[in-house]
Amino acid sequence: MPSVKLQRLSEAEEGEHFRIEKLDIKDGTMKRRLLDLGFVPGCEIIVLQKSPLGDPTAYRVSNTTIALRKEESDHIYGERICDDNK
Amino acid sequence: MTTNEYTVALAGNPNTGKSTLFNVLTGLSQHTGNWPGKTVVYAEGFFTYNHNRYKMVDLPGTYSLYSNSADEEVARNFIIFGKPDVTIVVLDATALERNLNLALQVLEMTSSVIVCLNLMDEAKKKGIRIDAGKLAEKLGVPVVPISARNKEGIDALLKTIDAMVCGKIKTKPIVVRYSPEIEQCMEKLIPRVKEVIGDAYPARWVALRLLDGDMSLLHAFYKLFPSKKEATVYACDGSAKSI
Ligand SMILES: Nc1nc2c(ncn2[C@@H]2O[C@H](COP(=O)(O)OP(=O)(O)OP(=O)(O)O)[C@@H](O)[C@H]2O)c(=O)[nH]1
Ligand SMILES: [Mg+2]
Repeated sequence: MPSVKLQRLSEAEEGEHFRIEKLDIKDGTMKRRLLDLGFVPGCEIIVLQKSPLGDPTAYRVSNTTIALRKEESDHIYGERICDDNK
Repeated sequence: MTTNEYTVALAGNPNTGKSTLFNVLTGLSQHTGNWPGKTVVYAEGFFTYNHNRYKMVDLPGTYSLYSNSADEEVARNFIIFGKPDVTIVVLDATALERNLNLALQVLEMTSSVIVCLNLMDEAKKKGIRIDAGKLAEKLGVPVVPISARNKEGIDALLKTIDAMVCGKIKTKPIVVRYSPEIEQCMEKLIPRVKEVIGDAYPARWVALRLLDGDMSLLHAFYKLFPSKKEATVYACDGSAKSI
């Protein structure tokens, strides 16, 4: 399996799937909160919709819709899975 | 026949059907109450089953109980300081992965827990099958599948609540183990915590929160204990920091 370059969740486009690899966050409270919301390494989420100004963005996470700001999604790294791969 | 009154709290993620279950159990006899000093509201209601009277408390839905928000603080404080006889964790059976996070947090706080798998009708529709027995074995507490909206499984739930308050169910909640570094700190901290706050609170959980620098919990304890104890609580915090 070829190794893939990790990308930020904030770079993923609407409609794309994204598999979370790691959360690179120093702030323990923010990291904990994101984990509690379901942004857990290994899980696959869907980019639902960017708001008109591009921030925040809604994601489908474990059956729930959750919106994140760029300052949060910037620290979530993983693999973009474009829809035509599916 | 004597009647006892027990308190049952409903905890869970947002939108898992807590209020629906609350209404099924209490009928329409609910009113809303305020947690002292907080503007966040939770509902209280009553019902009687097998000669016992129950006070139901419908807590705000949260993804976590680390008090990052007022809702989380209300739910957490009720479970710790309100000391419900039973805490029912209502899980969305169609999104167990996410929901179990909160269940594990509650299991660190109290051992009188019943896990309620709600929205079983939805789960079935989606082809999701859950081995409730296996889950109960792993979590160490009873697991009852229900569909609150269709009033399915309510009898089994009531029987489980009854058995739990009568002491007929011995639970053995799963213990989440942390990294060796954290476990070592806890080993030192737990005896100190017990010294200060006694056995009435879950020492392991309190120690974890102290290690995490949870100031809001510390403040809740200041309020609870007479001023002479403040110094010791501070000392406890101090030793948490020094560990
Ligand atoms: N299909 C199905 N839907 C249910 C069931 N139980 C509740 N619901 C629905 O789920 C939605 C949320 O129910 P609530 O009872 O408001 O959920 P809650 O946990 O109190 O939500 P919060 O107070 O926001 O945390 C409602 O539309 C209910 O009708 C069930 O067993 N099956
Ligand atoms: Mg509700």
